[in-house]
Amino acid sequence: MASVQVVRSEWTKIRSVASTMWTLGIAAVVTIALGMLISALLSRDWEHLPPEERAAFDPTYMSFAGMSLGQLAMIVFGVLVVSNEYSTGMIRTSLAAVPQRGRLLFSKITVATALAFAVGLATSFVAFLLGQSMLGEHRTSLDEPGVLRAVVGGALYMTLIAVFSMGVAAMLRSPMPALGILMPFFFLVSNILSNVSATKKVARYLPDQAGSTIMQVVPRAGDAAPYGPWGGLGIMVLWVLAALVGGYVLLRHRDA
Amino acid sequence: MIELEALTKRYGEKVAVNNLTFTVRPGIVTGFLGPNGAGKSTTMRMVLGLDRPTMGEVRIDGKRYDQLKDPLTYIGALLDAKAVHGGRSAYHHLLCLAQSNGIPKSRVAEVLDAVGLTAVARKKAKGFSYGMGQRLGIAGALLGDPRILMFDEPVNGLDPEGIHWIRTLMKSLAAQGRTVFVSSHLMSEMAVTADHLVVIGQGRLLADTSMADFIERNSRSYVRIRTPQRERLLDVLCEAGITAVDADGGALEVDGGKPEWIGDLAAQHQVVLHELSPRQASLEEAFMRLTAESVEYHAHTGAVPVPDEALTASARQAWGSGWKKGA
Repeated sequence: MASVQVVRSEWTKIRSVASTMWTLGIAAVVTIALGMLISALLSRDWEHLPPEERAAFDPTYMSFAGMSLGQLAMIVFGVLVVSNEYSTGMIRTSLAAVPQRGRLLFSKITVATALAFAVGLATSFVAFLLGQSMLGEHRTSLDEPGVLRAVVGGALYMTLIAVFSMGVAAMLRSPMPALGILMPFFFLVSNILSNVSATKKVARYLPDQAGSTIMQVVPRAGDAAPYGPWGGLGIMVLWVLAALVGGYVLLRHRDA
Repeated sequence: MIELEALTKRYGEKVAVNNLTFTVRPGIVTGFLGPNGAGKSTTMRMVLGLDRPTMGEVRIDGKRYDQLKDPLTYIGALLDAKAVHGGRSAYHHLLCLAQSNGIPKSRVAEVLDAVGLTAVARKKAKGFSYGMGQRLGIAGALLGDPRILMFDEPVNGLDPEGIHWIRTLMKSLAAQGRTVFVSSHLMSEMAVTADHLVVIGQGRLLADTSMADFIERNSRSYVRIRTPQRERLLDVLCEAGITAVDADGGALEVDGGKPEWIGDLAAQHQVVLHELSPRQASLEEAFMRLTAESVEYHAHTGAVPVPDEALTASARQAWGSGWKKGA
């Protein structure tokens, strides 16, 4: 559905607005720095950890600890890329230039996804390498089984969070409701639901809970999920597709 | 060429555009006139495929808007000067539009130059004044060198220099053989720019006429007379070969007559006059009367569907007789 000339146009759009580029930079810095900090703190307190926690320790996942905050910047990126067309009125100019609405939306999402993945991949590798350097003797390496998958998975996770946000923003149009729903949901609600025993089983199928299993090498002790890392990522992909279909259907039928 | 056929847009119960059929032809400036809320912007959004018609259709050179390959090369539009991302520079705004329609990059510099924004091309659009925003919008419309141009209220909020610039631009575009379709709620603005006039009120077509015809029919001067000796004055006027018609409040009106002339005549025949005043029906008044009548007409006929031509004819007749009555 995307076309070369519209993709080129969307690339110009995305790179010529400072705010969207800033959010990607913040996502990278926050994820890397927070992961390093938490890894360093944990390494220092290793002696005080209970044995069962030591046994289930996942050094790879630990270096992605900054993701919980860094993903919020990815959400902002995804939302802004789509909704700033609406909040500025640019959407009418854009649709007059590209009246095939699916082509406009998917060209935009193609460009933003590629950019998010590039930043996500760099972030994920740097977060892993620097995180491991903080863990000292408890570190792991990319040669260990499942570690490379988890690191590439970190990039996929960040990308999918951004794409999910794009779909939601395409449905809601205005940035405030989109951010108002997505930020608290991924930062608070999803975590609360997954820690309350009554909702735990359902919460496993939320996009971030399912998707983040791709970054785990050692399964969480006691409550192994009924799906593997790729299964979890697959669940997240389904959420993303649903959001994109919703955004596309609404864009197609709505007056701009 | 823009062709509208039975174009209708409803928002729930409210009918914004009601069965509009007209054609905007090349080589002239066509003014699209109507009071605020008449449905002009809705109609223009439907031309660009931004809003979907409830019924009817619009064709641009025979095609639906979304069937046009690289639409900016067929039709350029300025709908809203603020339809720009404020964080993007004028150059990048135009560049992304050019790329989406396969228009060469060199064209961006050309249109920036044409609208006089070259010096601020790299500045963010949010720092632009309203007039600069309007110029940027026009640069976007000109970008694809289209044969059809459409402007929604382009002179709104502009200073006299900007207004003059836009008027000159529209006329020169039409002189190059392009189709120019421009909306306004000001008759006076249309009178100096448009060659042809499409008037709507309450979403309905009220007139589709050449500007010359409209002026001829509406900008006539007359003399208003009040006298206690009405019958005597009528005899005097009749003898002098002057036709007077009844107006409201028992007054008489004489088309195109000179007040001096009628005053002299009345004095000669010792007729008492209480009022003798030259009057001019301005185009603005004619326009207001026309649109006001559309409201009246609309209310009286209710749901009875009336074909456009009949509506137009009756509206014409109504305003013709309207000014004679001095409504």
